[in-house]
Amino acid sequence: MLTDKDRIFKNLYGRDDWNLKGALKRGVWDDTAKLLSLGREKLIDEIKESGLRGRGGAGFPTGMKWSFMPKDDSRDDRPHYLVVNADESEPGTCKDREILRYDPHLLIEGCLVSGFAMGANVAYIYIRGEFYSEASHLRTAIEEAYESGYIGNNACGSGWKFDVYLHRGAGAYICGEETALLESLEGKKGQPRLKPPFPAACGLYGCPTTVNNVETIAVAPTIIRRGASWFNSFGRENNTGTKIFSISGHVNTPCNVEEVMGVPLRDLIDKHAGGVKGGWNNLLAVIPGGSSTPCLSKSICDDVLMDFDSLKEHNSGLGTAAVIVMDKSTDIVEAISRLSHFYRHESCGQCTPCREGMGWVYRVMQRLVSGEADVSEIDMLWELTKQIEGHTICALADGGVWPVQGLIRHFRPELERRIISRKTSNSNLISKPETPVL
Amino acid sequence: MKNFDEFEFTESGKEKVKEIISFYPSGRQQSAVIPLLDLAQNESEGWLPMAAIEHVADLLGMARIRVLEVASFYSMFNLEPVGKYFVQLCRTTPCWLRGSESLKETAEDITGCKLGETSSDGLFTLIEVECLGACCNAPMVQINNDYYEDLTPESFRKVLEALKRGEKPPPGSVVGRKGSEPVNGGLSLNADIGSC
Amino acid sequence: MPKIIIDDLDMEVPEGITVLQACELAGKEIPRFCYHERLSIAGNCRMCLVEVSPGPPKPAASCALPVGDGMNIKTNSEMVKKARNGVMEFLLINHPLDCPICDQGGECDLQDQAMAYGQDNSRYREDKRAVKEKYMGPLIKTIMTRCIHCTRCVRFATEIAGVPEIGMLGRGEHAEITTYLEKSLNSELSANVIDLCPVGALTSKPYAFVSRPWELKKTESIDVFDALGSAIRVDSRQTEVLRVLPRLNEDINEEWITDKSRFAVDGLSRQRLDRPYLRFDGKLKESTWAEVFDLIKSRFSKTDGDRIAAIAGNQCDAESMIALKNLMTNLGSNNIDCRQDGAKLSSECRSSYLFNTTISNLEFSDAVLLVGTNPRMEAPLINTRLRRGWMTDTTKVAVLGPKIDLTFPVDYCGNDPRKLRSIAEGLDPLSSTLSEAVRPSIILGMGALTRSDGSAILHFARTIAEEYGLIKDDWNGFNVLHTAAARVAGMDMGFLPSIGGLDIEGILSGASAGTIDIVYLLGADEIDMSRLGDAFVIYQGHHGDAGANRADVILPGAAFTEKNGTYVNTEGRVQLAKQATQPPGDAKEDWKIIRALSDLLGAGLDFTTLGDVRARLVEENSLFDHVGDILSSSWDDFGSYGEILGQEFECPISNYYMTCSISRASQTMAECSKELFSQSKEENAADA
Repeated sequence: MLTDKDRIFKNLYGRDDWNLKGALKRGVWDDTAKLLSLGREKLIDEIKESGLRGRGGAGFPTGMKWSFMPKDDSRDDRPHYLVVNADESEPGTCKDREILRYDPHLLIEGCLVSGFAMGANVAYIYIRGEFYSEASHLRTAIEEAYESGYIGNNACGSGWKFDVYLHRGAGAYICGEETALLESLEGKKGQPRLKPPFPAACGLYGCPTTVNNVETIAVAPTIIRRGASWFNSFGRENNTGTKIFSISGHVNTPCNVEEVMGVPLRDLIDKHAGGVKGGWNNLLAVIPGGSSTPCLSKSICDDVLMDFDSLKEHNSGLGTAAVIVMDKSTDIVEAISRLSHFYRHESCGQCTPCREGMGWVYRVMQRLVSGEADVSEIDMLWELTKQIEGHTICALADGGVWPVQGLIRHFRPELERRIISRKTSNSNLISKPETPVL
Repeated sequence: MKNFDEFEFTESGKEKVKEIISFYPSGRQQSAVIPLLDLAQNESEGWLPMAAIEHVADLLGMARIRVLEVASFYSMFNLEPVGKYFVQLCRTTPCWLRGSESLKETAEDITGCKLGETSSDGLFTLIEVECLGACCNAPMVQINNDYYEDLTPESFRKVLEALKRGEKPPPGSVVGRKGSEPVNGGLSLNADIGSC
Repeated sequence: MPKIIIDDLDMEVPEGITVLQACELAGKEIPRFCYHERLSIAGNCRMCLVEVSPGPPKPAASCALPVGDGMNIKTNSEMVKKARNGVMEFLLINHPLDCPICDQGGECDLQDQAMAYGQDNSRYREDKRAVKEKYMGPLIKTIMTRCIHCTRCVRFATEIAGVPEIGMLGRGEHAEITTYLEKSLNSELSANVIDLCPVGALTSKPYAFVSRPWELKKTESIDVFDALGSAIRVDSRQTEVLRVLPRLNEDINEEWITDKSRFAVDGLSRQRLDRPYLRFDGKLKESTWAEVFDLIKSRFSKTDGDRIAAIAGNQCDAESMIALKNLMTNLGSNNIDCRQDGAKLSSECRSSYLFNTTISNLEFSDAVLLVGTNPRMEAPLINTRLRRGWMTDTTKVAVLGPKIDLTFPVDYCGNDPRKLRSIAEGLDPLSSTLSEAVRPSIILGMGALTRSDGSAILHFARTIAEEYGLIKDDWNGFNVLHTAAARVAGMDMGFLPSIGGLDIEGILSGASAGTIDIVYLLGADEIDMSRLGDAFVIYQGHHGDAGANRADVILPGAAFTEKNGTYVNTEGRVQLAKQATQPPGDAKEDWKIIRALSDLLGAGLDFTTLGDVRARLVEENSLFDHVGDILSSSWDDFGSYGEILGQEFECPISNYYMTCSISRASQTMAECSKELFSQSKEENAADA
């Protein structure tokens, strides 16, 4: 288990003062100028070396992403932008919220360090509109940082001009997709852009831009301070570092916790979340990385490790590391059907397969909940998900159909059982599966 | 009765408008459309009358249809009047797993209105929303700007009743959690925080 | 040039094109709904998916992907077929299969592509979406349940028409296309969204349930409602023109036409002069060709040539004008004019009355000075070019004249015509703007040239052109924007007073004063009829409009869709309009009427066939032999030095929807006029 001294987010639970005073006590803003003095290249190299992968869900290597920003500014006078994705909306995920409200200075310092590394003088933090009090904490923290000279015309005395602005969204999951976020930030509907061009070449206002998740940015200063080798000493190759896990659903003590990458799922649930309600054997399934990742059946959960590669091996993903636990009382079809409802609701409406397909998938899912379907429709639903997947501008639709694929992959018998029992009019069988008594 | 056929920002609103626009590079004032609509909604009893949409459009030099597109795209903008307390029940899986359905019944019972409706006294508007990002504190409900977390039908009933009485129950976890720590304290971050 | 492979075919394609364009070069048809070559790329319909390697193991939208060297593109692999079939299925699940009652039927992209990618049955068991109709004005009928959200209409309105009034509201499966608060689209180009809509969501309101495309006779012709000569297709059934659609002509209208060109044609079946008329006791009475010819003969026999005059109208074909010109010459009259509006143009130097820059080159002009013209009213597709120039950061437009909304920002220089002289004399900042520009140009409208000081305005405009680099070896920035489709042909053939003859003003004052006894109006409706005094007025034309109202004799002629006619557009491009239907009733083709009359008057014209008339035209001016081309015209002296008056420029068109006898007879134009013209007047009043 990770020890507190190796935890980056020391005020994850808000037990300490979130203001500047508390932040200073926790070591935030500790000679940040010295970090900057390493220079852009060294900073990026260090992040590369650390193996940090984006914490927003896709897991793209962060150092590499930063290195896509143009380096030779002499031929191009466009400003560079850092945009922080604080539009945390993936069902199950509530980790950035804790950083935003309880360790906002960590994020602001991260903005400066990473902004400097990519040659940006401005950072916009795009926070989901519903996070009202989180935004006000962050706003206060930004003001404190300005007042103390940590950011502004001469950030931390480094000579680097650095501004941080807070931008609140207004309710759209899709704005968590980086180009939709940029559109939204430019005052438009949050409809993802076609790529190429990628944001590093043509992002916010047509300028080189890097969009990073809150957690990704917030861990950067600590990685630089303690060194890439410290960070990559946790976990295994390609899956290094520490990570905040959100554990929700049928556990005894749902919580966020920072743990090492690759922590066994069972450890995470048992040690930090008080175990599955009714015990490990009462586990039905786990969605391991936020709503977009396909669920895992209990047998996989028994020994799977929580990192990018292990979960990929099981046709799922680490995503945002939001672990949604479902015990055997769960109507798994309804649980997934609600996610289908979510994606239907959040589709921006641009691409045909997503706009039309998510509604279709949801309606079939709804019928599968009650068994009002034909067995052949399970295959049809699988085909539909394949017809949607990979055919749209952004990955929302992919994320929307993966949970359905996971359901069919692991719970096909349950789907068939409902259909057949409805057909044979045995209403008893439609009710939820029996919960084993422990 | 407020006249919703006309709209202008209040004096303090105008100051905020100026500040918000200053966050963006010159010529990029369109970026301010969401914050300005949000501000306008705050100044129009929680919804966006057409006059407010047009005022924001004119202020930012945007075509009105573009502003209406934005206002209709984002779920936080209400294009119709809402009650004094805008109650948003999270319906997504993590909250549902922990009993959000029963909160719905409680809400309908106490407010006397169904989902999508505003109570006859104008006090409550009840809607179901998608994930609000507080899943470790599920089930939860947002009322105006505040999150109420770790709810049960009983505790939610108390919150709504308090609102009905004109009180403001403290937002956050109703079981006294500070944030998303394990309810029993958990195994991490318990020691005094010192610099590393 | 990137080397790529398309379906195992090695290709070398131009840098910077998209995969879709490359596939087209390779002769591969790529299905699409949202993509349109003249609009920005949306990439949302997902129909144009192709397989591209190297790249992620999923199909890519070819419309949005730039070609890269070494790409291997497959347009018909299993992956591609599956993907397209899937997209097609999704498009159809919520699309009402109401093709039998849909006006798009038979010319519907979705219908056509469903033949290739659709299935013969539907797997969709759920309820279909229904979407409320949206009001979009008198021209566009909406059935929004059919909408497939390609956003072509949104992009057209925003990018080409420059009226950002259409949008997609909401999101996901609830997204709906609408105009702001369901108002009419305030554009002279609005109905192009009907053509752009790949399904039957936006269809023609006036044409609703009128006909099926396969019942129509399609005639390729030329538009006459402005002086651009846009390429059109006239769709008719038996005697009636049912609709007009644009044809592609990159040099002129690309693939757009104006709302008037498209919809004024319902005026062709109203207020028609379908038989000869005589005025008897002050009232027009139906008559016969024999009777009216007799009367005309008797009047002419009593009248000397110099007391006869002829005026040609704005939509006359060159054939009828040359016939009338020859007739007048044979009768000994030099009193002829094709400049109803009194424009101070003369025919000596052809460049002086042409749009020399050409329509398609206008968007490359970096500085344009508009003088007394509102191109949005006078030639909306000229405005489209200016707008494109502005959008591509090429063109800056300055306006000297009434304040106008061109849909893009302009440098407004007020409305003191004397400013033109200051510019010519280098006393105005615009002088340097023009001289610093690489391809500067000036556009003179009829609002500037029909004034009494028009010749002085021409003079100073020429000075500006010569002083500030508007005239170069490879560039001529001097432009006259005509509003009359017939005008340039009239100028080219010299339908103008020859030596000693009277011009329009002379004819009118002569008629008032009683020195002109007979006035022959060839489709001329735009003059002040009250100034014709006691003259005997012959009106030859197709509509009962101002001219017919004043006429003593009416000779029923043919409208532009009812005859084969030659027109020369404002650029000087000779084009042929084709006959789509027969003239109604006893009406005849116009040159034939004049030909018949000439025999009667003993002034026999020496042609008997259309070919003969056209040969006459070529004799008169060889440029009539060059159909489709623009001949280069030499630059010479024109205009005359004089004072420019302080009186403000006025726009020649006050109501875009009613500018000629056909549009004034059109019910559709009347509705537009009522709705849009009053709407924009209100807005102007609010702005003021």
